[in-house]
Amino acid sequence: MLAMEYRGPKRVRAVQKPMPEIKHPEDAIVRVTRSCICGSDLHLYNGNVPDTRVGSTFGHEFVGEVVEIGPDVTNVKVGDNVIVPFNVSCGRCYFCKQGMFGNCHQANAMATAVGGIFGYSHTAGGFDGGQAEYARVPYANVGPTVIPPGMDLDDAVLLTDVVPTGYQAAEMAGIQKGDTVLVFGAGPVGIMAARCAWLFGAGRVIVLDKEDYRLEFVRNYAPCEAYNFEEIGDPVLFIKKQTDWLGADCVIDAVGAEAAGNALQTITGRKTLLQAGSATALHWAINAVKKGGVVSIVGVYGPTDNLVPIGNAMNKGLTIRGNQTSVKRLLPRLIDHVQSGRLNPKALITHRMPMEEVADGYRLFSAKLDNCIKPILLPPTVTR
Amino acid sequence: MQTKKIDYKQINGWGVDADPENDPTYPMQHREDAPPRDIFYDRPPQQPIDVEVLHSIERPDVTAVFGATLPPKGLSGVIRRFAFKYSENQYKHWLPLIFADRVDVVEGVLKDLAHGHVPNIFAEKGYPMEWKYNRTAFVTKMATIAAITVGTVVFLNSGKDKKKSKHVRGYRGK
Ligand SMILES: NC(=O)c1ccc[n+]([C@@H]2O[C@H](COP(=O)([O-])OP(=O)(O)OC[C@H]3O[C@@H](n4cnc5c(N)ncnc54)[C@H](O)[C@@H]3O)[C@@H](O)[C@H]2O)c1
Ligand SMILES: [Zn+2]
Ligand SMILES: [Zn+2]
Repeated sequence: MLAMEYRGPKRVRAVQKPMPEIKHPEDAIVRVTRSCICGSDLHLYNGNVPDTRVGSTFGHEFVGEVVEIGPDVTNVKVGDNVIVPFNVSCGRCYFCKQGMFGNCHQANAMATAVGGIFGYSHTAGGFDGGQAEYARVPYANVGPTVIPPGMDLDDAVLLTDVVPTGYQAAEMAGIQKGDTVLVFGAGPVGIMAARCAWLFGAGRVIVLDKEDYRLEFVRNYAPCEAYNFEEIGDPVLFIKKQTDWLGADCVIDAVGAEAAGNALQTITGRKTLLQAGSATALHWAINAVKKGGVVSIVGVYGPTDNLVPIGNAMNKGLTIRGNQTSVKRLLPRLIDHVQSGRLNPKALITHRMPMEEVADGYRLFSAKLDNCIKPILLPPTVTR
Repeated sequence: MQTKKIDYKQINGWGVDADPENDPTYPMQHREDAPPRDIFYDRPPQQPIDVEVLHSIERPDVTAVFGATLPPKGLSGVIRRFAFKYSENQYKHWLPLIFADRVDVVEGVLKDLAHGHVPNIFAEKGYPMEWKYNRTAFVTKMATIAAITVGTVVFLNSGKDKKKSKHVRGYRGK
């Protein structure tokens, strides 16, 4: 089958690989019909996630048709079209039982500090991902969710990560009615977080990024106020002035390890890997939030250390929340939001590319070329 | 030293001000819906361990399912095995893994060449997209890199010549 393959930092290609096999009685094999490239893939692509082995297939955002099931699979059947949450989760461990499907303890042998994630290095379990024609999906009774009749596959594929992550970012921000919510990052996740902040009753939503085309998009889509942080001087001071000198009630970090905006952070976090990614956005978030406020982190950082003003977090009495999204927990609510028209995920998709052109897709998305917001890859088995 | 388990329910005042509503861990943890907070559960059946799986030493065993892809091999594999002797709490775990990833890249190129495949790095890096959508900046960047590379080579060589000639002169002077 055709699959994306990692060859080294900023080097990927499409290759022929053996078909995945059922390895566990609760496995399913899914024929992929849509697959996205995500901001999270950029951390892998840039070579910043430890234990990313050459030959790995990435891709944690995919939908497809079940073509084979293991003997213990009862919740989906061959022929079902399913949304595959990006987390691998067993559904019965201590964490899954509490709805923490992103923190399953039976899905990632290689690290305890992160759950199992499709196509996300051996540090996240060593599973091949869905940027391929077929994928092995463990615990098929738990994650895969049948796509409701009539739902567009483009909407469905964004329910595997982007929509739930934007939503959980807003949920974790503990937004109270009327709150001012500040979102760092106008990538797909930040855009969705800004949109969802309104669902939780925000009174004002502000987004900061440096890509004008993304700011323009989020300004209309969320809708919200959006500013280019390269044009406003010190972003923290700017936000203080915007908020009666107090700061935002809730701040969301939807940027993570590839953050720009501070040379020291960029050199130590992205160029030399002395820290686990550049923590510029998180640094700004802690300093721009109101005393007693909440910082919600969905931006991804590596497993070592980051430079952030933790002393300020203490002195200001902040609550800091973060997690890998619990996609499965949120799916029923979010499917409803999409079906009722409250959320329109597919508007984020700007590029549709054949899987053979995966290397171009990564470059386009990573370098923010051609006004790219969200690219999707189409395998050769679907009409495209 | 053994620590004795304390029966906290016997402590005077234990839990009198407990307020389950005040739970900053929500929505990550959803305790009301969960059965008793019990760490025991029916472990899913074990996926047969038929490849080498390096598991974190912060857990006793391999998880019930695991990614069976790309077991460690070659020099990068040796380094990864070393890394997995240490917990996730240690740099001795993560830094060797990053190093192993870089070694793996070289091994990947060698393997390509051994299979008679010269990797098309220009295509793998998606440079055609830069050429198409970002030409001026891309050409400038490539030219800068080329200039710096050529400059460095010339500089290092001139240094070599100087050293050589100095040495010769010194030798003669003796
Ligand atoms: N927690 C989760 O479950 C989860 C799920 C999906 C994605 N993520 C993470 O969310 C983050 C965003 O994902 P995405 O797909 O939107 O990525 P993306 O790369 O498309 O977007 C990131 C945006 O941040 C902007 N940016 C860079 N530095 C900034 C700064 N200092 N301040 C403000 N904006 C800045 C970039 O210009 C870019 O537009 C990534 O770190 C990704 O790994 C987390
Ligand atoms: Zn993603
Ligand atoms: Zn679990």
